[in-house]
Amino acid sequence: MDLQYLQRNWSVVLDRTVEHMQLSLLALAISLPIAILLGILAVRFERLRFPILTAIGVLYTIPSLVVLVFLIPSQGIGNRPILIMLVIYAQLFLVRNIVTGLRNVDPATLEAARGVGMTAPQVFGRVWLPLALPVIIAGIRIALVTIIGLAVFGGLISAGGLGRILFEGIGRNYPSMVLAGIIAITALSLVVDLSLRALERLTPVSRALRSGR
Amino acid sequence: METGYDHQSYPVCMFPPPRTRRCAINGNGHVADPRSDASHRGSAIRLNDVVKTYGSAGRPAVDGVSLDIAPGEFIVLLGPSGCGKTTLLKMINRLFEPTAGTIRIDDMEVRDLPAPALRRKIGYVIQQSGLFPHMKIRDNVAVVPRLLKWDKKRTRDRVNELLELVGLPPDAYGGRYPNQLSGGEQQRVGLARALAAEPSTMLMDEPFGALDAITRTRLQDELHRIHRQFQQTILFVTHDVEEAVRLADRIVVMRDGKIVQVAAPLEIVSRPADDFVADLVGARDVLRRMSLMPVSAATEPIPDGVEDSEPTISGRAVLRDALGHLVDSEAARLVVLDPDGAPHGVLTLASVQRATSMATSEPTSQVTEVHRS
Repeated sequence: MDLQYLQRNWSVVLDRTVEHMQLSLLALAISLPIAILLGILAVRFERLRFPILTAIGVLYTIPSLVVLVFLIPSQGIGNRPILIMLVIYAQLFLVRNIVTGLRNVDPATLEAARGVGMTAPQVFGRVWLPLALPVIIAGIRIALVTIIGLAVFGGLISAGGLGRILFEGIGRNYPSMVLAGIIAITALSLVVDLSLRALERLTPVSRALRSGR
Repeated sequence: METGYDHQSYPVCMFPPPRTRRCAINGNGHVADPRSDASHRGSAIRLNDVVKTYGSAGRPAVDGVSLDIAPGEFIVLLGPSGCGKTTLLKMINRLFEPTAGTIRIDDMEVRDLPAPALRRKIGYVIQQSGLFPHMKIRDNVAVVPRLLKWDKKRTRDRVNELLELVGLPPDAYGGRYPNQLSGGEQQRVGLARALAAEPSTMLMDEPFGALDAITRTRLQDELHRIHRQFQQTILFVTHDVEEAVRLADRIVVMRDGKIVQVAAPLEIVSRPADDFVADLVGARDVLRRMSLMPVSAATEPIPDGVEDSEPTISGRAVLRDALGHLVDSEAARLVVLDPDGAPHGVLTLASVQRATSMATSEPTSQVTEVHRS
């Protein structure tokens, strides 16, 4: 293995990386509204909480390749089946962290918010959500890193992204190309992970907790 | 002798002085004239046959409570846990809705106002402060002014003024977060937040329950001072008898959702309505009772002159301390001093006996009657 492929074709690798990131962010953008809806339903209605969390937990246990194979007959190949699979897998982390984050906020704090005269939307926007935000952002971070990893399988069904470089390299028995793919995917994951961690630390509640005595 | 009982001046007159002006809640969602400190006064609150039942069945948490509260009165709701005192309090700012009955603040029924608008006019302080942990102290105090859409300068000035009022210099504390403050400091911020929009009514739910004894006493004194200065109507929930006696104009003793006795602290201690109240305040124990009664209850006019060498006691002390001092000094009497340190009466063993025995004889007969009927 050497860096020869990366050196000669860095612009291709860069293009694929951008493509990969676009695919991942698109998957996240589709996942988030669904997860927020499911999360709020699970927090608001106690009877729905267990079924929702169980259902997304069960979906997550199905191996990703099986889901992909299962989707191809109806969705064909390309970006569509990959996006659907990514959205399904992201739900677990997103919904679970939204539910945990919101439910971990002290009910006494929420009652104080109502007690000083906040309307329900004000309680949610000024107190509840800000206090749950670090846990929710952590969920987004884990979901996005997972999405980036799983999106590699797009290379198997002619979707865009770094999967193409990786699987083409394997198919052509071209180790330098495989290495280029591995380096790019690792770098992308690290950058995303570190930036979202930084975002977590910037939330008001994290800053408050860090302030110490 | 200066004792730990440093009430600024024990409320000799147990009922508040008549109020000249009222600060009515007006229709536009603002407390009338919120800028001039001295002018704002408490609201009159009238509870009429208030009932609260949780769920469908079971004993009501609050069972037919009626109570008239005068403007500026400091009412303490006292009772064991589960007696309905907190439920009653939370119905006033509509955190709970009554199952039956009416609650009026200054002749306006609380259910006629949207709950958020109503609550912005009522100060609310809870145990463990209920501060918003992600907001700086300054922002916590500014919550209600911002909900009321005050302009920035007015909000900022008010926040600084309030932090000064509760003894937290704004420069040192404004930029800190609640978790950087001690429990007592947090509770001061909670008090400042509740006072922000100059409410004419304050609801306080065991606000000092989680504090150590020294901090609690200090905060009680601060609250007493603030109440004397602004004369809001205060409803204060506690299960601490000493706290109730120290703070209240009138104590409302509750049990099983019903009012058992409404009276001035001295009367609750010296004439408990029944066994339950007597047990609750520990009225049968003479020393306990004396620790709840002010020196003023046994103070008599000075019959002759006062010598400099005579032992003295502060009018702020309680009878138990006076008795101890009397025994300790082997004197026949103590000279009672007013807050300025000038003699204003005397206290003798006989006067202490009279003050406390008046307490024992009557209620015992009353108690038996109550329980036989």
